[in-house]
This record gives sequence, structure tokens and C-alpha cells, in this order.
Amino acid sequence: MIKTGTQILLDALIREGVEYVFGIPGGVVLPLFDTLFDSSIKFILTRHEQGAGHAADGYARATGKVGVCLVTSGPGATNLVTAIATAYMDSIPIVAITGQVKTFLIGNDAFQEADIIGITRPITKHSYLVKDIKDLARVVKEAFYIANTGRRGPVLIDLPVDVTLEKCEEVIPAEVDLPGYKPRYEGNIRQIKIAAEVINNSKRPVVYAGGGIISSDSSKELIELAEKGNLPVTTTLMGLGGFPEDHNLSLGMLGMHGTVYANFAVTECDLLVAIGSRFDDRVTGKIDEFAPHAKIIHIDIDPASISKTVQVDIPIVGDAKNILQGLNKHTHFVERKEWLDKIKNWKEKNPLSYNNSGNVIKPQYVIEQICDAAKGNAIITTEVGQHQMWAAQYFTFTQPRTFLSSGGLGTMGYGFPAAIGAQLGCPDKLVVDIAGDGSIQMNIQELSTVARLNIPVKIAILNNGYLGMVRQWQELFYNKRYSSVNLNGNPDFVKLAEAYGAKGFLVEKKEDVRPTIEKAFSIKGPVIMDFRVDPNENVFPMVPAGQAINRMIGTMA
Amino acid sequence: MRHVISILVENKAGVLARITCLISGRGFNIDSLAVGETENPALSRITLVVKGDDAIVEQVKKQIGKIIDVIKVIDFTDEAFVERDLMLLKVNCPVGKRGEIIEIVDIFRGKIIDVGLKDLVIEIAGTEDKLEAMTSLLRPYGIKELVQTGSVAIARGTK
Repeated sequence: MIKTGTQILLDALIREGVEYVFGIPGGVVLPLFDTLFDSSIKFILTRHEQGAGHAADGYARATGKVGVCLVTSGPGATNLVTAIATAYMDSIPIVAITGQVKTFLIGNDAFQEADIIGITRPITKHSYLVKDIKDLARVVKEAFYIANTGRRGPVLIDLPVDVTLEKCEEVIPAEVDLPGYKPRYEGNIRQIKIAAEVINNSKRPVVYAGGGIISSDSSKELIELAEKGNLPVTTTLMGLGGFPEDHNLSLGMLGMHGTVYANFAVTECDLLVAIGSRFDDRVTGKIDEFAPHAKIIHIDIDPASISKTVQVDIPIVGDAKNILQGLNKHTHFVERKEWLDKIKNWKEKNPLSYNNSGNVIKPQYVIEQICDAAKGNAIITTEVGQHQMWAAQYFTFTQPRTFLSSGGLGTMGYGFPAAIGAQLGCPDKLVVDIAGDGSIQMNIQELSTVARLNIPVKIAILNNGYLGMVRQWQELFYNKRYSSVNLNGNPDFVKLAEAYGAKGFLVEKKEDVRPTIEKAFSIKGPVIMDFRVDPNENVFPMVPAGQAINRMIGTMA
Repeated sequence: MRHVISILVENKAGVLARITCLISGRGFNIDSLAVGETENPALSRITLVVKGDDAIVEQVKKQIGKIIDVIKVIDFTDEAFVERDLMLLKVNCPVGKRGEIIEIVDIFRGKIIDVGLKDLVIEIAGTEDKLEAMTSLLRPYGIKELVQTGSVAIARGTK
């Protein structure tokens, strides 16, 4: 059938199962938006392209499907850059479609022209400039395949306007043919058997699970391994929800703001089983003193992750789900009473704690109340900073794909648009963006999007009047010289919510925290809760940058 | 350590940019680079020479291998291989010196490919060492211009 480029593109998206596309129209994508007008694909108009990118990312993290965003050339495309980099760092599958000027104008400094392929080269898994309409259907198929297989990541399609206007006979590619891209899913059986034996013989094992558990949907297999082998499990920020934190083998999160017991356990273990995690510096602290007594098994789908920062003893390249199924066949129960007792003792002596005795609202208290009111059953998104770490520490995550946060890039302004994507992907779930008063202002314009479409996300601002995490570092490491962290001049968030057509509640008293949360959760529409929290509260425990992870400050012990 | 890396890629726009972007993004300098079609016109071969810490080069190789259009990455450093650069030199050559220079060029099995009244153009292929040796002998006559390709390398025998 003869079709235009715009029809070929949209039909290809429908074949990939796309329900939502996030974005903003503009000059060179006018033909595309004209065709989109009659399409079954629901287009979500955001108020900034960065919001569209993060919404596609949040949709992908919450559902496991590929998120799609569509923007115009030039500034539309460059506004997407932070969102693409965020997805790249956290291995999130999104397909970003950018309009481009006419083929013959490329390189001519045409109006709204930017070399977005060049700009995004180091932050995309792959990218395409489509110069021939005959390639379009194949490119879309490949883009979705590449984004959502292997180590997942963002793929960009740059689409000149003249290509969208051309017509050609549509040829639907039967299969993807990429000779240079053969992600490995099956782990080496011999390595799996060796790993199982090492696990069975270990006296002080710890499993260190990352975002790979979430993206490979293998939290069931991880629980089975932990229970079968009697192995304590700590997760990274990206791995939260991959292992239920209410499980007696859970150590919570490790690393810079991890639990004391997770960091102690990793430091003293004789075997570290790293699964879908990449030994990030926020996890390892001082690399020479990270798990110094341990043999390391590293399971990862990305061969380049193996021995990147830490030399590993038993690498297994492949999909975590497949490999865990293999390991579960060969792992058996070992008592390890001494080790588990030691961990239990650490847990009892050094629980996560804060002083909740005064009248002031503690941010940790707000998060505990959100967790309790939601009965632990919500999708939590965060921005970046203190509130993000408190959310990671004080919300009890028990399900995968329920904690969406910019781990690698650390993008302030991520959480709110990500919540929009998550809410559309999971309409029956409660979605809460836990935000700081600094971060929320970085994509606050999306209040228009949620108000207009009545997307019922809840925003809990832990308002301390500061860029809190920076203030904390200045307090601890820069002699309390508070340079440019005071957010004097914050808007009235309640009025702001109302101005956009959303609901807003101000909470200044501790006794109002819980009732306000419950009221907000019962409203079938977007709500902002502005919690005025203790401005001087810090995130503890904390491993100072570059220190060994068992040298934590701010612990009660 | 010096690494000669041979990369088989799909012959498509943007592949070289992805590879060089990856290397430059890590602050590595590429000592030499050669690109050309292979026996199969759908594929190209890139030969790269980089110097760097072995662990970092290993990481860069793995990252290059992840690029979608890259089919294979081979590091010749630990293998038996042959390597050649091609160099063209324009050397000062008054009429009286012609014999001397031709003699030097013959020793290195180079070729005179252009003769002028005041200069000669010499073509020579070989390893970096050989090219350097000949260049140093010709330097006293005055080298007016020197151009050089990147190394190309191929493994010996069959595996």
C-alpha cells in the first residue's frame, strides 16, 4: 500500500503497541501532527520537551514497555537532551523522535536546525537519521528492538520533514537484521555452576542487586535465590523494589546513604553476588576498601560492565532472569547462623532512625506516613536531593517498578513528569512524586498537563526552603558557608496549584500530616501537598565522598 | 601500551563518528586511524592505534563492541600480525644529490613517484619504525612535506 512518511511512522508505532506519545508540536512536525490528529495513538501534550522525555521514561520504568516522545527540530530536540541522558544513565528504553529540517537544508543553519544526532551521540544507545522514506518502517522496528533488548536504553530517530511528506509503498520488515547487535541472554552454564558452588560454600555471602533486577523482571527469581540459599540481599537505589524490604533477608539499600547494616555486611562478606548492578561510586565509596574480603560474582547483561571498576572473580554475562533460574537449580540451603546473627545484631543496633520528638515536621515522618497511608502500595517517583534519599530510606518498597528515580544522572525535575508517564501507564495505581521545593520548580509547568487531563498524580513537596542536599554538604564539608542554597522567594505552592487548576494543601503542623495525605489520596485529580519540614534536617547515615562505606557519619551507634 | 585495534563495521554513515566520540569522550588521543571498505562492500574495516593503560583500553574495546553497527573488535596487540603505514614525502633534491637519495630510497624499498627540478616525491610503505628510519636519513636533505596514512593491520595465517 502506498503511504506517506507520517502514516508509515504512526502505523509502525501502532505495530509496536504504542498507546501514548508524549511531546510538543512544532514547525517541521506539522505534517506528522496532522496525521496524528486522526490516529488511535493518544498524544499527551506536555508544556516543555524535557517533561515529555521524562514522562516517556516514567512510563517505561512503570510498565516495562518502551516510552515514546515526539518533538520538533532545533530547540524541541535540544530540550530533550537531559531526559535522554537520564534514560541512558539508568538504562531505560525510550524512543525519541525528533523532527528535522528538510534533507537538503541539513547543515545549512536552517531555521530551528540542530544536529541532534551529533549532540546526543554519547547519550543514546543508537540513533538514526532517516534520509530515505523506504528505510522508515525498518528504522522504527529496529529502534524499538534496540531500545528494549540487551542493556536497555534510549534510541533517537531524527526525521526530516520532507521524508515525512514523501510517499512510497510500505514494506513491513518481517525481522530485525542487525549483524553487530546480538545481546547475550543465556549465561554460560559452566560459570553458573561454578557460581552456585561458590555460593553454597560461602560463609558470609551478600547479594547486591541493582536496576538489572527490575529491567529483567527477575525479582521473583531473586527472592527464590535468597530464600533457597539463605542469602541476605541489599539493593542499590535503582534496585529498590526488586527485593521486598519487609523480607527478613533484606538489608535495604547500600552505599552513600545506605543502611549501616548493608554497608557493614558488604564490608565483611566473603562473597558478593552482584546482579544487574554496576559498582557505581555512590555504592562503592572508596573502591579499594569495597568488599575487601569478598570473592565477587558479577551477573550482568552488559559485558562492558564486567570488571569496569572492580575486578570480579566470576563474571556471568547474560540476562539476570535466565541466570538466576540457572543458579536456583544448583543452590541449596545453608544455615549460616553466625553470619545472619551478626547481621541481625547490626540491624538491631543501627536501625534507620531520626528524632521525631519535637513539634516540627520531620521529612522522614512525612514519608513514613505516605507509605503507611498507601499501605506500601504506590508508585513513588522522586526528584533528586535529600527528599530522594529519605524516600529511598523510609518508604518500604516491596514491589518492582514502584520506585522511579534518576539514579545515574541525578536529574532534578525528573520526578513530576515521570509520575505523569507512570500514572498513564498504570491508571489504577496511586502515583506519588516525592519532591523537594527546589526540584519541583524545575518542571513545575507540567501542572498544566495534569490539570488539563486530570491526571491524578500526587505531589508531596518536602519544603525546607533550601537546596537541601547542597546545604547539607556545605554544612558538613564547607564550614557551614551556605552559598546560594537558600530558596527565599519560593512561590506559594498552594496558590500555584490552584492557578493551574489543581488542588493544593499547606501542611505546617505535624498532626495535619496524615489527614492531609489521606485527603489528597482520596481526591481523583492532581494534588500538591506543601509540607513545611525541618529546614536543618540532614540525610543520615552518610558515607563522605571517597570514604570506605563502613565509615559512616550520623549513625546512632 | 600501544594497541592496534581492528574494527569491522557496517559501511554506514555515522559509525566512525560513534567510535571516535567514544574514544575522545574518555580523553584518549588516537595515534592513527585508517578506514576502508573490505572485500564485502557492505562492511568497512577501521584500524585504530591508541596508547593507554591496558585496563582502560580493554574498557574502550568493550564499549566499541557495544556500538550497534560494530560487528567485531580485534586487538592485535597479543597476536601475530603484520602492520603497514604508507608515507609520501617531498624531499629537496638538487640535481647533484639525486643519486644519493635514490640509493637511500632503494635500501628501504621505497619508490620515486615524481621527479622535479628541485625535489623528489617518494612513496614508502612499512612499519612505523621503517618509515621513521628512512625519514631520519632523508631529513638532512630537507623534507618539504610529509603525509602519512594510519596503520592498517592484518593477522598472520589462518585461525
